[in-house]
Amino acid sequence: MTELERHSYDVVVIGAGGAGLRAAIEAREQGKKTAIICKSLFGKAHTVMAEGGCAAAMGNANSNDNWQVHYRDTMRGGKFLNNWRMAELHAQEAPDRVWELETYGALFDRTPDGRISQRNFGGHTYPRLAHVGDRTGLELIRTLQQKIVSLQQEDFEATGDYEANLKVYAECTITELMKDGDAISGAFGYWRESGRFILFDAPAVVLATGGVGKSFKVTSNSWEYTGDGHALAMRAGATLINMEFIQFHPTGMVWPPSVKGILVTESVRGDGGVLKNSEGKRFMFDYVPDVFRAQYADNEEEADRWYKDADNNRRPPELLPRDEVARAINSEVKAGRGTPHGGVFLDVSTRLPAEEITRRLPSMHHQFKELADVDITKEPMEVGPTCHYVMGGVEVDPDTASSTVPGLFAAGEVAGGMHGSNRLGGNSLSDLLVFGRRAGMGAATYVDGLQERPKIDEADVDSAATEALAPFELEGGENPYSIHQDLQQSMNDLVGIIRKEEEMERALGRLAEFRGRIAKMTVEGHRQFNPGWHLALDLRNMLTVSECVAGAALLRQESRGGHTRDDFPEMSPEWRKKLLVCKLDAEGHVNVTEEQQIPMREDLLELFEVDELKKYLTDEELPAK
Amino acid sequence: MATGVDSPGRAQIGLKTARSDRWWLAPLRIGVILLFFVVYATIRIFMNKWYWVDEFHYLTPLYSPCVTSSCVEGSSHLGTWFGDFPRFVPFSLITFVILAGFRGTCYYYRKAGYRSLFFAPAACAVPEPHKTYTGERKFPLVALNLHRYFFYGALVFGLLNVYDGVQAFHGKDGGFGIGLGTVIIWVNLVCLWLYTLSCHACRHIVGGRLKNFSKHPLRYRYWTFVSKLNPKHGTFAMTSLFTVILTDFYIMALAAGWFSDLRIIN
Amino acid sequence: MSYKGKFRVWRGDSEGGELKDYEVEVNEGEVVLDVIHRLQATQTPDMAVRWNCKAGKCGSCSAEINGMPKLMCMCRMNTFEEDEVVTVTPMRTFPVIRDLVTDVSFNYQKAREVPAFKPPADLKPGEYRMQQVDVERSQEFRKCIECFLCQDTCHVIRDHEENKESFSGPRFLMRVAELDMHPLDAADRQNAAQDQHGLGFCNITKCCTEVCPEHIKITDNALIPMKERVADRKYDPIVWLGNKIRRRPA
Repeated sequence: MTELERHSYDVVVIGAGGAGLRAAIEAREQGKKTAIICKSLFGKAHTVMAEGGCAAAMGNANSNDNWQVHYRDTMRGGKFLNNWRMAELHAQEAPDRVWELETYGALFDRTPDGRISQRNFGGHTYPRLAHVGDRTGLELIRTLQQKIVSLQQEDFEATGDYEANLKVYAECTITELMKDGDAISGAFGYWRESGRFILFDAPAVVLATGGVGKSFKVTSNSWEYTGDGHALAMRAGATLINMEFIQFHPTGMVWPPSVKGILVTESVRGDGGVLKNSEGKRFMFDYVPDVFRAQYADNEEEADRWYKDADNNRRPPELLPRDEVARAINSEVKAGRGTPHGGVFLDVSTRLPAEEITRRLPSMHHQFKELADVDITKEPMEVGPTCHYVMGGVEVDPDTASSTVPGLFAAGEVAGGMHGSNRLGGNSLSDLLVFGRRAGMGAATYVDGLQERPKIDEADVDSAATEALAPFELEGGENPYSIHQDLQQSMNDLVGIIRKEEEMERALGRLAEFRGRIAKMTVEGHRQFNPGWHLALDLRNMLTVSECVAGAALLRQESRGGHTRDDFPEMSPEWRKKLLVCKLDAEGHVNVTEEQQIPMREDLLELFEVDELKKYLTDEELPAK
Repeated sequence: MATGVDSPGRAQIGLKTARSDRWWLAPLRIGVILLFFVVYATIRIFMNKWYWVDEFHYLTPLYSPCVTSSCVEGSSHLGTWFGDFPRFVPFSLITFVILAGFRGTCYYYRKAGYRSLFFAPAACAVPEPHKTYTGERKFPLVALNLHRYFFYGALVFGLLNVYDGVQAFHGKDGGFGIGLGTVIIWVNLVCLWLYTLSCHACRHIVGGRLKNFSKHPLRYRYWTFVSKLNPKHGTFAMTSLFTVILTDFYIMALAAGWFSDLRIIN
Repeated sequence: MSYKGKFRVWRGDSEGGELKDYEVEVNEGEVVLDVIHRLQATQTPDMAVRWNCKAGKCGSCSAEINGMPKLMCMCRMNTFEEDEVVTVTPMRTFPVIRDLVTDVSFNYQKAREVPAFKPPADLKPGEYRMQQVDVERSQEFRKCIECFLCQDTCHVIRDHEENKESFSGPRFLMRVAELDMHPLDAADRQNAAQDQHGLGFCNITKCCTEVCPEHIKITDNALIPMKERVADRKYDPIVWLGNKIRRRPA
């Protein structure tokens, strides 16, 4: 029998970002003994990177705002592929979740009358994002972290033990979920520090592991984003949906290497920044699609006038939707008009006086100065698309966040459906809060309803341990760092922002090769804090997730949101009705199948004009009038 | 048993500090300046002479206000509150206690002194030589919390200095006049006031102690004003130290007759 | 533009270790963390290093570079001469785990000792009203990314292990200040700052402010104002008297 540390909990939450912490708070408040497991230190999760804000229709800045408007915006943003029930719950509950944070001690920026200030953002009809300067994510994670501490203090008062009912297992990675028959019975993992194994005996597991960005070469995501939750869910028999939809932010840094992939906020363009190719040409004028001709300027003079007089001029084409801009940059670079480091120039230095730039874009100025030694008031930035967010994830029940596997729940970026084919800025932080809470509640209710606690099979523990140690067994194989680099390069090149059938077939071929390389890779050293070993274990997850992305992208023969097919450039109402579902077969291979979308509830459908619905829905789906 | 960075469990690196820059330069420089001032001020207050230039009504700030009957004629323009002081007691004892107390308990000078004179620590990430450390929790260092009282005192003496400054517009013929001495006195006054108003205790008293600024708009404005000066408190502390010495030295030189004042008007 | 950089990195664990010399490629525009990663990928695959966002936002990659506490992701290589030896060691105030990774649990323990925000009893969620000017002071402290460099550099615990028990360190004294300045916090924190969290240990030598990657003015805006607030309560007879008189029912 494998030697390990054993713990027993009611609910185990994997991931300590916004969704994970909110789920844990809820589970603990429902009286469940809860564990939080995170790969990093407590409070370092990727949520801290969120800048803009948290969308919630509180109506503080504009009293016309309400959940229906937010719902409509979200559905439009996701090109109607969203799970409508999730979008509905999200829009309805987000304000309560934000207000709740204030009772935990959060300090948002204020309106003059003392309420939470809300800011404008792309795709949102009204100013809707609760924010703290441009560090909203940090505020969110710190607030939730401090709420956890406050619950622990309560437990200390009551029991003399801070960790009696709620404990954080930091720098701990889960490698396998345990099952008893169909149902979840626990989770197996290791301490990063010592390499020792740890087993959680728990009937309910909440996945809150975030996204998959580290499978791509250029990404705004941190190392933790290796798709662990996606892969764990699949290995436990759950399904993933919408995996073909990946959001590429058009402006990420490409140079210098220390900041590669890091976001350059949309406000740079909003405040006058322009995109130029290596010939010095403002190329976006060549990329205005016909449907947008009416709203976007076709000459520099008019575009420049828009900043002063938005009512009487058309918008500059730099402000086209994210996917359009990202594609345009991609084309310029492919045509050989890119910068030396494979991006284009984003220049604000010749557009605004230096003082104005530092006043309007303080954090950008600071970020470039400190991280890259680039003074954006004097020189242009080099930017290119960067992998930002995965819309796809575990298929869940909207109300309880339960996956198709009993006892397995998912919330946040690892869950799929909420954002459809494209996520609006600001909807991510509110998603975390709304569905984090629902997952915690779902898990607690599930545990209450259990007749019998599922048991862990010791044979499964042994095989999980063997699997985890496999990379140490072989000698003379490749090191995981080089395999990771190659995987990222392949995904970037072949399943990136613009997709073609034959490229994706090549990608699938390469991924099959990676499977072989990963099976033979070698890790040096011992188990104590060994980053090579950690990466080796994460690589398996990245590979599984990459297979889902490539497989689903190959099947979906249309372009929609975060999925652009060069060979099928149109959006198709027929495809809108279909979800692509990924599942592992008995041999551990990814299978992608089609599933029908559930039609939108009548009263929600009535929130839209028929003319608008016509753009997205088939004739049969339109409401009868 | 090893303590500090060599404590058991910590990384045994084998270097006291890995700093490769000239970290000792700044504390050395500040230390030299502070010692110079202490020596200069001590000598000066025990001299009990050359503090008043009767011709132009210049009074050095180190002796202001001169309120004993031992003060030379004309210098005690605020009256004589005490009788003769014994020869070896400085006339300016009260002034000295308050002003030295204000600077000695000042948050900036505390930092400078702890770093330069007590090496606690001399520079960041450089180990201090002391075996134990209790900070400002016990007598006598706990008394540093009385900074605010010295601040109140410094305010009073600051006003007296303004009075002295007005007196210093005194011409040869008894009417209005300006000399280099007047200019130096006024430059010093400005520096002293900037130093005094930028004080951390002042910042606390005018508004920092409030929980809700919005309910006290006027005090919020004071606080905002002091908060603008406060980051430069250290600069003002050092500048005013120099201007005090300069003013005192200039007046001493005039009073001793080493050179004469450069007159601008009368 | 790339060159062979000279690095001296501490390798070892709590049992002991040594500074090891490495020559490693350095390219234009890189930071220390990039070079450490290259070492990992090419020469020392098992070298332990903690990092996360690589953008100065999470505060994971704290270490000491040429003796100064810094974030490795925020330390640009062009701040060194090409022939300069760059020494990288783990933080020296906390127990080491391995190589550049230290055990920072001290900080999480201290975080628990600061009583949480106490919401006002009479306000429901959504009813909170606060003015921007009233939240700004605490907002500055909430920029903290918890890299613990201030805790690392503070001589009170860096040079005196025995003080760890009674001193919370700049990060958590700042947390006390943050809550004390929170316009709606209903708890009394001033006596505790001195008695439980050890504010009196601080001799305001400002190293915490010097190393803060977020440029929070920890000393001037949190610790000194907190010391003054404590002085109001514990060391100022006039304020004490004033409060006594004012609290008397009219």
